[in-house]
Amino acid sequence: MEFNLKIWRQKNAKAKGHFETYHISGIEEDASFLEMLDILNEQLIREGCDPVAVERGCKSSGPVSFDHDCREGICGACSLYIDGRAHGPDDHVTTCQLFMRHFKNGATITVEPWRSKAFPVIKDLVVDRTAFDKILQAGGFISVRTGSAQDANNILIPHDKAEESMDAAACVGCGACVATCKNGSAMLFVAARVSSLALLPQGRPEAKRRAKAMIAKMDELGFGGCTNTRACELECPKGITVAHIARLNREFLKAKFSD
Amino acid sequence: MADKFSSKIPEGPLAQKWTKRKSEIHLVSPNNKRKLEIIVVGTGLGGASAAASLGELGYNVKIFCISDSPRRAHSIAAQGGINAAKNYQNDNDSVYRLFYDTIKGGDYRSREANVYRLAEVSAAIIDQCVAQGIPFAREYGGYLANRSFGGVQVSRTFYARGQTGQQLLLGAYAALNKEISMGTVKSYPRHEMLDLVVVNGEAKGIITRNLVTGQLERFGAHAVIIATGGYGNTYFLSTNAMNSNGSAALQCYKKGAYFANPCFAQIHPTCIPVHGDQQCKLTLMSESLRNDGRIWVPKKKEDVEKLRKHEIKPSQIPEEDRDYYLERRYPAFGNLVPRDVASRAAKERCDAGFGVNETGKAVFLDFSEAINRLGHQKVAERYGNLFEMYEKITASSPWEEPMMIYPAIHYTMGGIWVDYDLQTTIPGLYAIGEANFSDHGGNRLGASALMQGLADGYFIVPVTIGDYLSKKFSEPKTDVNLPEFIEAEKAVQARIDRLLSINGTETVDSIHKELGHIMWEYVGMARDKEGLQKAISLIKDLRKRFYENVKVPGSQFEFNQELEKALRLEDFFDIGELMARDALNRNESCGGHFRVESQTDEGEAKRDDANYMYVAAWEYKGEGVDPELHKEPLVYENIKVITRNYKD
Repeated sequence: MEFNLKIWRQKNAKAKGHFETYHISGIEEDASFLEMLDILNEQLIREGCDPVAVERGCKSSGPVSFDHDCREGICGACSLYIDGRAHGPDDHVTTCQLFMRHFKNGATITVEPWRSKAFPVIKDLVVDRTAFDKILQAGGFISVRTGSAQDANNILIPHDKAEESMDAAACVGCGACVATCKNGSAMLFVAARVSSLALLPQGRPEAKRRAKAMIAKMDELGFGGCTNTRACELECPKGITVAHIARLNREFLKAKFSD
Repeated sequence: MADKFSSKIPEGPLAQKWTKRKSEIHLVSPNNKRKLEIIVVGTGLGGASAAASLGELGYNVKIFCISDSPRRAHSIAAQGGINAAKNYQNDNDSVYRLFYDTIKGGDYRSREANVYRLAEVSAAIIDQCVAQGIPFAREYGGYLANRSFGGVQVSRTFYARGQTGQQLLLGAYAALNKEISMGTVKSYPRHEMLDLVVVNGEAKGIITRNLVTGQLERFGAHAVIIATGGYGNTYFLSTNAMNSNGSAALQCYKKGAYFANPCFAQIHPTCIPVHGDQQCKLTLMSESLRNDGRIWVPKKKEDVEKLRKHEIKPSQIPEEDRDYYLERRYPAFGNLVPRDVASRAAKERCDAGFGVNETGKAVFLDFSEAINRLGHQKVAERYGNLFEMYEKITASSPWEEPMMIYPAIHYTMGGIWVDYDLQTTIPGLYAIGEANFSDHGGNRLGASALMQGLADGYFIVPVTIGDYLSKKFSEPKTDVNLPEFIEAEKAVQARIDRLLSINGTETVDSIHKELGHIMWEYVGMARDKEGLQKAISLIKDLRKRFYENVKVPGSQFEFNQELEKALRLEDFFDIGELMARDALNRNESCGGHFRVESQTDEGEAKRDDANYMYVAAWEYKGEGVDPELHKEPLVYENIKVITRNYKD
């Protein structure tokens, strides 16, 4: 297969970015999107300009930087906005699990980084998502010390509750929800954590503090508010639903009323 | 040196050793803990749980990872589960049985005392994780559910769908976040350790490269913990994450830490087969699938031919023409034999010409019987997300046709040598999780990596490190302007300058792929003397070519992924060579290490206990000089060493 790739290039956080277009051919249908980018990078490195060529006017920006790691859809590192959709045209996958058979041969594919105020670009397609870590540091945990736990089977959790908690806990922290939301809201991300813990008895003692602290941190870090467009739910690679946002709202209101 | 290389296994009965050791360890008072600094490198299950637990104790901890967030560490990709000797199923499980299964599964090449301790603390891990809010699978009555894994006859594996590693890591990461918010732990994401700093023979700090700015930075501490995982990516194609690497471990080796059993690499039987040469990563399908999936190839060559030409579908081959070769060869364990045994059996069938895809390197993993027996819903609950993942990758549905699988490099049992306290041969340097060598011998059982990472991180190193630090609290903070730090930083700078100045014509990945081919061909599932010698010389040639002709674009002071990869590949050359050397020395078949020269008439692995019942610990002797082999004899006082038998 062959493609024209229109890719966002940006040297660093301060530089002004621009699109560059590359042609690539000889791609197998079974290649993943990131394998295709690997092949493009091999090509760009081989063609790349040495310092002398740069003086003569060569303008290659070198290989394209992008975040990736596990390549099996679980680490949450990959993060591309492909043809206007977070993680591309296939549903419920991360970019690393998107395969080229989902594209038309000869197509022009536009690749951009997540675009959100809270996720500044580091280089090309790589963004800084430490804001997510900061939200979780504000309260996304149960305060149990190592070694002080009781026997695991002393805490009974109904099968369905455990499953529902697991549905929310499946969040990989990729940021597709934020990138997709017109407000740049992190509500689905926050909801996934708050809801997962709120469903479990272990999570109840800190539930109020947790919901308030995480929402406050989200606002402080420049994420937008939620206006219930449900775009996040459509693009979440793990299929996390806005039902968890509803639960977050309940938890938040309960906490506020008891202030 | 003799003392540094002592395993320091406590005296006394096996079941009392850990209790005894804990009672001997000197304590550090809370006001002194505040004065002590600890560096943890790596944020997987081992690193995150260790840093969180040390932070809770009151130490000042700095934790480093190469990813943008601690949550991305590769522990996250573990699918199937975590073992614990809870005996919740009343199937007569016990600490002793978990210990015994692990020693036997490891083919009698791990330390009794360490493995017993691992089994002993396993139950507390589950308690800890449940308290953290990890949504393990539950029965309808609300009690925890279990399943079974390879190499055992009880159900002791706890799981959270096919995402157990993710959930356990998110638990450890949450504990870490709690400590970061308290200010006891400081996190440094996108920082890569490039050297260990040793002052007066003791580990005192690290040199890192900030992966965003490219700056080299010095960090000092009273002790350093390495939790950077394994070196499976030496093979280029593996189930490891793309950025997983062996560099931190190798740098410690070069600074004096012995490297143990490097040749023990695990080849996992159930991975999605290689599809072409554009591939860069292999995907594992969880071992839990072998609970209900049956592995087979056709009995008739003509069926094989038709399958390869897509003239028939696997489901059209009648039952009597299928060779369920694991059930045939190993009736007692069937499809749940240990990983090394299952991998070799798949290779044997494929080498005999029964591989079921175009490349001849695939066997079937079939769920039709399970779907009939359990029904669609039950199978979906157990494996739904794995089926979905398989279909996403291959565009074929396991509900309709069997999966195709083939073995791939997955885990490395070898690693930095540690004593009973998990301290390396460099005082003040500890290694935990996959980065050390201690618990899995020649082969790791499924669902035991998560167990070991968390055992080391939550329950072992936070205790044992106290013994060392109890002598250090009066020492001032480590000065990062000491000559040792300056020298180490200069050496790293020289490495970077060299790589950036070569400006050849070959890319880092293309050379890494070649290294991978050498490793898979000669240091893979079947190894022999001639091949291993060839591998060593081929790696030397390739390394030479790398330094003459690699092209690393860009500069140091920017986000530069090619430079990161080039630095890691330098270390993979050394690791690959060390693996081949160790494999050459170990002229026996044991666990995942199969020497063609040492097999039974039936083609089963043949150990040589008389000559090789030891840990091979390699000491670095300088660039271009052969490393020195030290042997730690393995003494089994509590179990009878026998030939592994999964047949009856």
